[in-house]
Amino acid sequence: MEQAHTTHNVGFLGQKENNVIAGLLIGVERPARDEEKSKKVVTNISLERIKLNNLLVELASKRDKEVFSELFSYFAPRLKSMLMGTGTDPETAEEVAQEAMISVWRKCEMYDSKKASASTWIFTIARNLRIDRFRREKRPEFDPNDPSLVPAAEPMADDQLALNDRKAVVETALNELPDEQREVVKLSFVAGLSHQEIADQLSLPLGTVKSRLRLSFEKLRTSLRSQI
Amino acid sequence: MTFHHPQEDILMSYTAGALGESWSLAVASHMTFCPECRSSVALVEELGGFLLEEHDPVPLSELALTVAQEQLDLQAVEQVAINSAVVSSIPVPLRDYIGDTVDEVKWQSIGGGVYQHLISTQDGDQARLLQIPAGKSVPEHGHGGRELTLVLSGSFSDENGEFVAGDIEDVSEEVTHQPLAGTGDNCICLVVTDSALKFKGLIPRFVQPFISI
Ligand SMILES: [Zn+2]
Repeated sequence: MEQAHTTHNVGFLGQKENNVIAGLLIGVERPARDEEKSKKVVTNISLERIKLNNLLVELASKRDKEVFSELFSYFAPRLKSMLMGTGTDPETAEEVAQEAMISVWRKCEMYDSKKASASTWIFTIARNLRIDRFRREKRPEFDPNDPSLVPAAEPMADDQLALNDRKAVVETALNELPDEQREVVKLSFVAGLSHQEIADQLSLPLGTVKSRLRLSFEKLRTSLRSQI
Repeated sequence: MTFHHPQEDILMSYTAGALGESWSLAVASHMTFCPECRSSVALVEELGGFLLEEHDPVPLSELALTVAQEQLDLQAVEQVAINSAVVSSIPVPLRDYIGDTVDEVKWQSIGGGVYQHLISTQDGDQARLLQIPAGKSVPEHGHGGRELTLVLSGSFSDENGEFVAGDIEDVSEEVTHQPLAGTGDNCICLVVTDSALKFKGLIPRFVQPFISI
């Protein structure tokens, strides 16, 4: 079993805070949708994102290797990059990125474009592979088909916002976080470090890590709710 | 509908894949009961997707795509699994650890009518089931660290309120509390701790070795 976190390479932090696929984002008014309430969300809609979501749906319906290579050429280099950010050597990062993309092929029929964007769904696949590979423990997972599942009494307000708007909200919220909070979020999501590992790495009390994570979540949720 | 949830830092870490096994077990099990936390996790996953997009691409070796493509025909396609498992008070994530129903659990007495079942996890923290008889309490205790308690059946109350099936009590090291099981059914809960519970008083010194910390 390999140890992913021995080197604690954090060179990626703070370098590219606003390097947000800038060329791909265009500021447009969201097209009106008939069932939409009168809320007006002027936002950046990424055409690239919509295209990626559609490609993933197409992959499931057609099982086309050309479609696969399009998705591969966008995601595999980003997955590799993300994994290298955790201190994983380039060869291993490449292997895991390939493995993740092969999982995408295997699981793509389970992708629901109404529930998550392609990048979010692929993030969860890569996250699980990373844990399998680098941690000795399992990650117990919520099961949406649990026979004991308690359904929402009414649709959750937070789930009402269209996917692309949610992504824009997340993007804005993340960019507006104070550096110290964003740093902790990145160490958690990109490097997969636990509270304690983050505390050790940044020489912070555990309680500070905890409160920074909480504050960043609150920012995220407040931004979302202000759009609903 | 549940009213008591894990704190947001736990949800963030769970979603990031940075939370230990014992804690993830409590969070994943709570999500079965809690639409609100499912919604929160979905929102935080968007953050993960965004961070993935934000990364500068690092080119793969020339043959990487070809190598991956050659694998595709060998792959079995996965479908959504329809879960026909029995309905019970045990959420699916927990079933891998203790079986489908509480009837299968091997309990050990820790005195005072309270039973426990230790759950084997690899993250170095402690996960256990506790069964507290209706109307009884567990000894008052403080915490060396954090404690998550997920109610599976029955209920309990303490200084922080009443907790029913699906609720999570998330307490930090400053808190000392004495959970009292509600009348009616025995209270069965999943308890996760990151260090020894600190019992107060006489009985606890007797009990503590049996809680195997
Ligand atoms: Zn909840």
